[in-house]
Amino acid sequence: MKIAVCVKQVPDTWAEKTLQSADSTLDRASADGVLNELDEYAVEEALQIAEAHGGEVTVVSMGPERAAETVRKALSMGADSGVHVLDEALHGSDAIATSAVLAAALAGKDFDLIIFGSESTDARMSVVPAMVAERLGLAQLTFAQRVSVTGSDVTIERVTDYGFDTITASLPAVVSVVEKINEPRYPSFKGIMAAKKKPVETLAVADLGLEAAAVGQAAAWSAVEDFAARPPKAAGTVVTDEGDGATRLATYLTEQKFI
Amino acid sequence: MAPVLVLAEHDRDSGAVKKNTLELLTIARRLGEPVCVWFGSGADQASSTLGEYGASAVYAADSAEMTDHPVVPMVDVMTALVEQLSPAAVLVPSSADGKEVAGRLAVRTASGVITDAVDIDEHGVATQSVFGGSTIVHSKVTTGTPIFTVRPNSVPPEAAPTTCAVESVQVAVSDLAKKAQVTDRTVAGKGGRPELTEAAIVVSGGRGVGGPEGFAIIERLADSLGGAVGASRAATDAGWYPHQYQVGQTGKTVSPQLYIANGISGAIQHRAGMQTSKVVVVVNKDAEAPIFELADFGVVGDLHEVVPRLADEIEGRST
Repeated sequence: MKIAVCVKQVPDTWAEKTLQSADSTLDRASADGVLNELDEYAVEEALQIAEAHGGEVTVVSMGPERAAETVRKALSMGADSGVHVLDEALHGSDAIATSAVLAAALAGKDFDLIIFGSESTDARMSVVPAMVAERLGLAQLTFAQRVSVTGSDVTIERVTDYGFDTITASLPAVVSVVEKINEPRYPSFKGIMAAKKKPVETLAVADLGLEAAAVGQAAAWSAVEDFAARPPKAAGTVVTDEGDGATRLATYLTEQKFI
Repeated sequence: MAPVLVLAEHDRDSGAVKKNTLELLTIARRLGEPVCVWFGSGADQASSTLGEYGASAVYAADSAEMTDHPVVPMVDVMTALVEQLSPAAVLVPSSADGKEVAGRLAVRTASGVITDAVDIDEHGVATQSVFGGSTIVHSKVTTGTPIFTVRPNSVPPEAAPTTCAVESVQVAVSDLAKKAQVTDRTVAGKGGRPELTEAAIVVSGGRGVGGPEGFAIIERLADSLGGAVGASRAATDAGWYPHQYQVGQTGKTVSPQLYIANGISGAIQHRAGMQTSKVVVVVNKDAEAPIFELADFGVVGDLHEVVPRLADEIEGRST
């Protein structure tokens, strides 16, 4: 079984995230880059499926030079090989272009399963897995809290507002996973050492058969007009409970017409 | 006036039009003449509500195939409607389904897409609140038919009554859509409360709640206010409350009229999911907790004392 996991390097959750005034893109250099948390679950799920059914796991990432660290992180968890799409022309790409690049990197490789985290913690759009499924013409099984592979079928539990829907498709398919689907493993020392020797293919946009002019900020189908920091919130009233905290709070809620 | 295509969502059980749909119609009227697309049965009953908020037509796709396969049948129908109507814009809710519909529709119709808008003006400039609400961004779609997903509780719904015609649409569902099959729908979680992202009032509990049994008082407070229950990641990670109720960067983003944070310290990861709430109330025994920076009204005290007494007060005052 051939499994691809698409991962993204994002600014550390605890870091202050800002846009750059020059071109309104995320300032990726000023914060530590980490493997997108939800993608850790995707990597773990891929490894578990490969361990249960046999097969190999390829990590695919698009991003600046530093994103190579993120590919290595996934390799140190146990993935077998990596593909890093690296090209100056990609800077400022929108989700449309990102999905085109990933689809081109994934096409023709006979992957049985392509697994994503359900969203990135920086852009938080949650659209790229669906867009890649659309472009590759594959079944879309997204927002999975459980994934099981039986023979040539894959079944997931898709999280909904009501609970979950059980959805089945024949392989190949695109899957995205939600937080807590599993417990991502920590890379072992042995895994970290082994990852250094694992093959990572670095591809430019032209290697994927795409035009450089079709990606990047100039080719984006939406554009930022302006941005600003949210004005700081005015300090509120804080009282210490001396037996009357609940009453004072209830009075406040009444004044605000919530009661 | 050019039509603006709005994906109308409804409650699966009651068939009632979701409040977010009325918000979308309110925004759509700034951009053109709203028309709705409706999936599943119930469009006839819903048409009066949709008309009350300005929809002049509802295109109803109610074949079983629409709900037997996830997401893609909706994209098939909406692609056909975009071609037929040449709308000025397409508005869909920022739900999981809505975002995926928007993304695929953008690819299919060669259009730009903006997700999680909290406002859109008459020129099609969308406002987004990004990075956990710390930055406000204005952006515009520059190619194709502008597609927007809009967060719940973004604007107050305003009525603008008109007559809404119901038109049945027959679009063949693509083979691509049929590749994935819904085989079962399972209801899980705590019923009877408003949906978390749509609720006007959210009452959340965190580490300070102390354990799963502690959530009983959080639920009671939520019920006294007619609100939804949320939880911080510390609480869901500990297994005290189901994961689907997690508010935060890796959970749900909420923007209610009132958010009550109980025993939640206010780490970035949590603030990212609730920072745009209109009024924030905090109950925490640690006066130094960063969540107090967001508080319009805060009580430094033990939530196990304050929350039950608050629920008593509310039940007393509202009878």
